[in-house]
Amino acid sequence: MELSISIILGFMIIGAIYAIHARDLLSAVIAMGIVGFGLVICFLLLKAPDLAIVQIVVETITLVIMVAVVLDSTRKEIEVKTDMRSILQQVITFIFFAGLVYFFLGAIDNLDPLGAHTLRMSESYVTGAVEKTGSVNLVTGVLFDFRAYDTLGEAVILYTAALGVLTLLRIKGKKT
Amino acid sequence: MIVYILCFVLFLVGLYGIITRRNLIKIAISLSIMEFSIFMILVSIGYIDNGVAPIVNPEAAEQVYVDPLPQAMVLTAIVIGLATKAMLMAIAIRLYRKYNTFDIREIKNLRG
Amino acid sequence: MEGMSTIVKKVTQLLAGIIFIYGIYIVLHGHITPGGGFAGGVIIAGAFILLILAFGSSALNLKKEVAGTSNTESVAILMVVILALMALLFGAKVFFSNFLAKGEPGELLSAGVIPLYNIFIGIEVAGAILTIFLALVIFKEEDSK
Repeated sequence: MELSISIILGFMIIGAIYAIHARDLLSAVIAMGIVGFGLVICFLLLKAPDLAIVQIVVETITLVIMVAVVLDSTRKEIEVKTDMRSILQQVITFIFFAGLVYFFLGAIDNLDPLGAHTLRMSESYVTGAVEKTGSVNLVTGVLFDFRAYDTLGEAVILYTAALGVLTLLRIKGKKT
Repeated sequence: MIVYILCFVLFLVGLYGIITRRNLIKIAISLSIMEFSIFMILVSIGYIDNGVAPIVNPEAAEQVYVDPLPQAMVLTAIVIGLATKAMLMAIAIRLYRKYNTFDIREIKNLRG
Repeated sequence: MEGMSTIVKKVTQLLAGIIFIYGIYIVLHGHITPGGGFAGGVIIAGAFILLILAFGSSALNLKKEVAGTSNTESVAILMVVILALMALLFGAKVFFSNFLAKGEPGELLSAGVIPLYNIFIGIEVAGAILTIFLALVIFKEEDSK
């Protein structure tokens, strides 16, 4: 199990490195699809069917929107000039990386290895869930009964995003 | 352990893309790559060996289910990521209509 | 945006109805099988997006504002808030409690108020994604000159 997930993560890393270095914007957007659809296979291997359904349709819709935006404006990537500013950006990036790697190695000591998880917080969500909520699907029971405020917040975020897109792209009135 | 390290490498690739790229579409792609790495590490923390998907079978005997709490949180986060990308694309369309370029250094120098 | 060839149009006419019914099935059985409100809502939006992409925007009579989908999503999220407030009247008088009867686990009519939440959240998500798609892809041809 760990071997197959590691191979798919390796493909995702190669696709991500190509996507940020591509010369053509359309190739970069399609290479982002490798990362998204590889995530679907990883969700199925980690026994999460709910997430795989949502991720595959959301990734398709995102790719359609981004291809429409790229094809309508421009496909060329800006020429990269190595001047003082870009060298300074790369040095700052590697300083950040060193700091993040140090803190990550300190944080990973407290995690259990993959597959040996102890249910500390979800013990009360799993044992009595079918009597308390009445639903057989545990993820739906957690989302709509135990943690319903998060679902309400997410619905409001999606509504606000639709409202924001309509406001940004509205057509101004003509001055007469 | 190697799964966590590979997810962290994907996070670092996305962070490198956000800091060093000048094109607005490349910045949006790198933000999306960073979000995917976080989803991956959250779901793989809650995995139990020989566990089944969290749908309770009423007749079967005692079974070990994988943790449903990180799956509920990542489900919320996927839809929020879609809303964020949609707003970013709307801003990119407006900027291209006005300045005719996607370069963030040119847009910062011009005053509209 | 003009449409695609005749083969794509005919196949889409056959498939869009099947995808729509599949999305409604996943929403309604959200408490028995994997799925739920969010998964079913994006599948219903996907069926409509397939139709719009295959036939082109010139074949649809779209007005300047997205009146239909925007009203649908607003009514759906208002019903979610009304359902949550109705729990203040029955049962344990707290906001958002599960106040209807819980039947046998595993039946279609069970789990209290969760199937109603699934239906309204599904309609809201489908309306929001369709509004975003129409505003980004169809209406960007007209500019503000």
